[in-house]
Amino acid sequence: MSVLIGRNTRVVVQGITGRDGSFHTRGMLDYGTKVVAGVTPGKGGERVHSVPVFDSVQDAVSKTGANCSVIYVPAALAQDAVYEATDAGVPLVVCISEGIPVRDMVEVSAYLQGRPTRLVGPNCPGLISPGQSKVGIMPGSIVKPGKVGVVSRSGTLTYEVVWQLTRAGLGQSTCIGIGGDPIVGTRFADMLALYEQDPATSAIVLIGEIGGSDEEDAALLIRRSISKPVVAFVAGQTAPPGKRMGHAGAIVSGGSGTAQEKMARFQEAGIPVAKTPSEIPGLIAAALRTKRKSKLTLLRSKRKAKPKRRVAPSGRKPRTKTKRAARAKTVRRRGR
Amino acid sequence: MNLHEYQSKELFRAAGIPVPPGDVASSVEEAVSAAARFSYPVVVKAQVLIGGRGKAGGVKVVRTPEELKREAGRIIGMDIRGLKVHRVLITPSADIDREYYAGMVLDRKNETPLLMVSPAGGIDIEEVARTSPEKILRIPIDLRGLPAYRARAAARFLDKSPAIQKQIVPILIRLARVYRDQDASLAEINPLVVTKAGEVLALDAKIVLDDNALDRHPDLASWRDLTAEDPGEVEARERGLSYVKLDGSIGCVVNGAGLAMATMDLIQYHGGRPANFLDIGGSSNPEKVESAMNILTGDSRVRAVLFNIFGGITRCDDVARGLLTALDRLNVRIPIVIRLTGTNEKEARELLGKKGIMALSDMDEAVRAVIARAAEAA
Repeated sequence: MSVLIGRNTRVVVQGITGRDGSFHTRGMLDYGTKVVAGVTPGKGGERVHSVPVFDSVQDAVSKTGANCSVIYVPAALAQDAVYEATDAGVPLVVCISEGIPVRDMVEVSAYLQGRPTRLVGPNCPGLISPGQSKVGIMPGSIVKPGKVGVVSRSGTLTYEVVWQLTRAGLGQSTCIGIGGDPIVGTRFADMLALYEQDPATSAIVLIGEIGGSDEEDAALLIRRSISKPVVAFVAGQTAPPGKRMGHAGAIVSGGSGTAQEKMARFQEAGIPVAKTPSEIPGLIAAALRTKRKSKLTLLRSKRKAKPKRRVAPSGRKPRTKTKRAARAKTVRRRGR
Repeated sequence: MNLHEYQSKELFRAAGIPVPPGDVASSVEEAVSAAARFSYPVVVKAQVLIGGRGKAGGVKVVRTPEELKREAGRIIGMDIRGLKVHRVLITPSADIDREYYAGMVLDRKNETPLLMVSPAGGIDIEEVARTSPEKILRIPIDLRGLPAYRARAAARFLDKSPAIQKQIVPILIRLARVYRDQDASLAEINPLVVTKAGEVLALDAKIVLDDNALDRHPDLASWRDLTAEDPGEVEARERGLSYVKLDGSIGCVVNGAGLAMATMDLIQYHGGRPANFLDIGGSSNPEKVESAMNILTGDSRVRAVLFNIFGGITRCDDVARGLLTALDRLNVRIPIVIRLTGTNEKEARELLGKKGIMALSDMDEAVRAVIARAAEAA
């Protein structure tokens, strides 16, 4: 199991004949992703890396059964591409394109309300479920199958953390970059809820950065309804206020959205915050150990009928399965 | 892209929002002839793309031409928080009775534009939000724009007089329209004043445009004032790099914005001070590396430079070749520490090692090394 994408994901690439679209289609195919179609208006009938190209997403979906779209079109055309995939009924749309005007995303956000399509991105590296499927541009060479879910607003910082996890022997269930723009389709809270429900995910790494209040919302959600251990990291402690740090959404405005504020919210929620990226694998390993230990201790104490010796896992109260299930139910998706 | 006050007022004026008359001057002579159009007292306002100009002495009311000469001469060329003032706005002094706030921003949480109005005008809206949040009315804007009935509610929240409310309503509707039509990420009137004569005016104006939308507004893109920005940041933008100058001594060149921020943080964590944010993007292009080094070596405070490259899709050995080509062309006198990790990192380290360049794979180790090198160079 994994989150959002897996072995049954069938991908249609919007903008497949472009430089980026073609390059990353090759990458996805090499990783083993089922890329079943491409779309470039006016180039229907062509093939790219032997993937059939269609004139419209509707065509591609009806002829190939694609259930996920990945968008590599230029920013000016991205809004239309998202609309096209949504109207074709594609349940998961991953928009890699960078530089989309905020107004376009405000309109997309309003359009997606109440529709079944989930958008990931824009301005994101996409997602990868190691050993199963990759949709987007994440390098397949740095991941390893396992049970850590990774969610991040960044690209190369995500790779950095994933690579460090992999080298520490900590594989991943699904890694996702949700995008660096002020408005993105899928937020931290959405991903946390999905990881919570995924049996293959045992711990979560959340990589935030300055700007907005998504991290603060995530901290609140974790406190209320996430039972799996989460380790957080927030980039941009040294960022000056009022300056955009590369990502359109990475800006401290009017004194809000600072790294310090976000880190404090996580700490208040009892979530370990890594001070440097290299601390993350250790914190995750510790979280997984504690979890396993508490289970083992529970088993042992049941056998010996000595509940007094039960060791409570540090920081988190032991929860019964029914309670956890009840909590998971309270996790609400953002009406998408 | 931040617009100057005078540019923002021009957009407001074009949209039908009442703004006081004004002229821009870049010399004392121009200031004097601009003021001749109005009757004294007039206000001299520094045009800089940074907040806090009032506190820094960049705004002055003058009563005589002599006073104007003195103040304009002082303000033109003065330094406000690191930026030099090249222009002033000369505008008649208004007879203010009451001051309000009206601003359009993006509500990231709800993914809609938001109109904020407050009877507490003339001060920082964030300050109002902190100290007396009940004094702010927030109206989310949907695809209809700002309906008149909601503008009326906002006007009633601001002022008791129906005659004044009647003037405020169209101002708010037009403010919401300017925000949308010009692809702004901020459009602010602070203060929105009621004069003693009972006239409502946008006395100050601030517009920030969405950089991602400038392609649809070529007219506005050409308004960019390059003299009002840091030269390094101007050069970086022209070369397709994302650069923000800070005041430390450790330069850093990183691929990816998130990793660049994390690198700056790590420099501080290990006791150094980052000199900049610089994202060279995903390529191994030697030209980009060269431009990056040019910008960093142009900052005299930089004592050492750290390259932090994660090889994902781009392979580390390609990046190393790009680096070597660029470094061959440049005459770099300050120490450089290179950190590469990811795909083909071993090959990359060998390539760099042959040229006597220290290449590390661990980020913490590299940061400590560059701080040590900077200390030696100081």
